[in-house]
Amino acid sequence: MPPETPLLALEGLTVDFDAGGRVARAVDGVDLAVGRGDAVGLVGESGSGKSVTWLAALGLLPSRARVAGRARLDGEDLVAAPRRRLEAIRGRRIAMIFQDPASSLNPVHRIGRQVEEAIRLHRGADDGAARAEAMRLLDQVGIADPRRRLDDYPHQLSGGMNQRVMIAIALAGRPDLLIADEPTTALDATIQAQILRLLGDLRRATGMAMVLISHDLGVVSENVDRVCVMYAGRVVEEAPADALFAQPRHPYTQGLLAALPSLTGPRQRLAAIPGTVPEPWNLPAGCSFAPRCPAAAAECLRTRTPGLALTPEHAVTCTRVLALRGSVWDRRQVAA
Amino acid sequence: MLSFIVSRAARAAITILLVVAFAFVVMRLSGDPALLILSVDAPPEAIEAFRKAWGLDRPIWEQFLTFATRALAGDFGRSMRDGRPALALVLERVPATLAITLPALALKLALGIPAGIFAALNRNSWADRAAMMASVAGFTMPSFVLALLLVLVFAVQLGWLPASGSDTPLHAVLPILTLGTAGAAIMARFTRSAMLEVLGQPYIRAASAKGLGWWLVVLRHALPNAAIPTVTIIGFMVGSLVAGAVIVESVFAWPGIGRLLVSSVANRDLAVVQSLLMVIAGWMVLANLAVDLAYGWLDPRVRTITSRAD
Ligand SMILES: Nc1ncnc2c1ncn2[C@@H]1O[C@H](COP(=O)(O)OP(=O)(O)OP(=O)(O)O)[C@@H](O)[C@H]1O
Ligand SMILES: [Mg+2]
Repeated sequence: MPPETPLLALEGLTVDFDAGGRVARAVDGVDLAVGRGDAVGLVGESGSGKSVTWLAALGLLPSRARVAGRARLDGEDLVAAPRRRLEAIRGRRIAMIFQDPASSLNPVHRIGRQVEEAIRLHRGADDGAARAEAMRLLDQVGIADPRRRLDDYPHQLSGGMNQRVMIAIALAGRPDLLIADEPTTALDATIQAQILRLLGDLRRATGMAMVLISHDLGVVSENVDRVCVMYAGRVVEEAPADALFAQPRHPYTQGLLAALPSLTGPRQRLAAIPGTVPEPWNLPAGCSFAPRCPAAAAECLRTRTPGLALTPEHAVTCTRVLALRGSVWDRRQVAA
Repeated sequence: MLSFIVSRAARAAITILLVVAFAFVVMRLSGDPALLILSVDAPPEAIEAFRKAWGLDRPIWEQFLTFATRALAGDFGRSMRDGRPALALVLERVPATLAITLPALALKLALGIPAGIFAALNRNSWADRAAMMASVAGFTMPSFVLALLLVLVFAVQLGWLPASGSDTPLHAVLPILTLGTAGAAIMARFTRSAMLEVLGQPYIRAASAKGLGWWLVVLRHALPNAAIPTVTIIGFMVGSLVAGAVIVESVFAWPGIGRLLVSSVANRDLAVVQSLLMVIAGWMVLANLAVDLAYGWLDPRVRTITSRAD
């Protein structure tokens, strides 16, 4: 019997971009569930489809994008939902913050106006109440002297401050789910840690669920319970954060972890796996990682790999996984 | 703010001075007014006397100094044709020019801005393509060709409007249409690309992610930002209002300052040309100043930079 319906469930979510004759598949059948109050991480290299997945779920992609599959919020499919319905869900049920806080705020409006806009939209507050609430929210996200900051413009604040403002705006609708799309990539290391701590605190305080998107496994592992690894538009492995680190099963995940110098050392972008990511308009017929995989067999190249549940919590899309022991990358190095 | 105004005023004065000095020299090097006004076969003594009377026998730098000192006292010389003060001659033509260029400007904005916004919001639709094709046609076509086309249709074929002259308000319609449609085409293109640029910005997506309806996103977040680059082209249009009417006034025999410019250059009516250019340059400088002030008003980033500089 399936447990209670998750807060949000992506089912076979697929996104195609029509780019002058050829079709680029940015997201290729993603299945992913987020429960109430969950903290889920989504990692993958640049271009693996992390952002597009969530933009598609919220209907925020340009009309050029063709979205198929389902994104069920409490059972209701958002992919098929009319525009008005999506507008009522955005910000109120599902909020999203973005990578570049400085350019995600409107440069010609004051901070206060932008925060109050969200408050008025979601709570129908009058002007005085909206202003008081804006001040409370700025205070909640750790902005000192909120009364003065309300009258500032985004260019007068630092990147970290702007991201705090974005978080305040996201909190205005008291969402059930916050999608944080690389919220700290544009910030320097100390600010990054502060923002992540803030997100964790807010999540615990409000009980909202969070999806933390990052290309940095370190960032994700410290801040979420469960991690999904994306590669070329597909989720290739999903596991509790500690299990993923202790026992990565997909050769791609293993490669990612091998590329990390150490958990305590300096963080670096995912890299160092030989070969290149397949082009989105020319995805392989079989496993999309097979062309780069040292353990690939002939059938990996031919047929699409089904998901395999190793434990109720740990799923991986690799047919070779049961035949493999340890990391495919260690063995290759030994052989070389 | 004070230093801003002073430096702008100084720059404005220098611009106007350079334009007038340039015109002063070029006009004197490129033809002898005595020969044009008195005709080529006038007796040499008469020509000599004319040149002496207008100071044309002096070296150019000396002529310019005389002109400049008088101009500072408000005397911009007299027309060689009828002896009237040149500036007054120019200023009395200004209302006629404004009577066609201001409605034309209104037409450019009222047609061009909504068309550009509409095209951007419906990018790649057939309406967008049609609007942009019309706009290419509008601004690649020389204004005299457009003028003649309009005359052909509305004056010759349909007989609805007079082809030239200035006796009735109806006479203004074709000049206004000529100036307005070409300008609207340019305006539409600029507005469209400014809008497209803004619509691709992350804050537009972020505003949608807040839950705002699309029209509010456009009204509150896209338009105020797209207005910033659009102001430049509006300022340019306002600045070139007067000078831009030269061809159209000539084609339609409209008695504005554009036509005065053509005839006074042809006649080497020196003081009139100088006054005209001074008025035109002064107008452009004012338009530029207005653009800068509008920037400060529309864009808080500019505002804080200038206020910090003080
Ligand atoms: N508007 C668009 N039009 C066409 N292709 C797009 C568009 N947006 C994204 N893509 C393509 O979709 C693919 C996935 O992009 P996405 O932004 O989701 O990657 P990502 O995993 O978020 O990467 P990053 O870490 O760089 O943010 C990329 O190949 C990208 O080029
Ligand atoms: Mg992204």
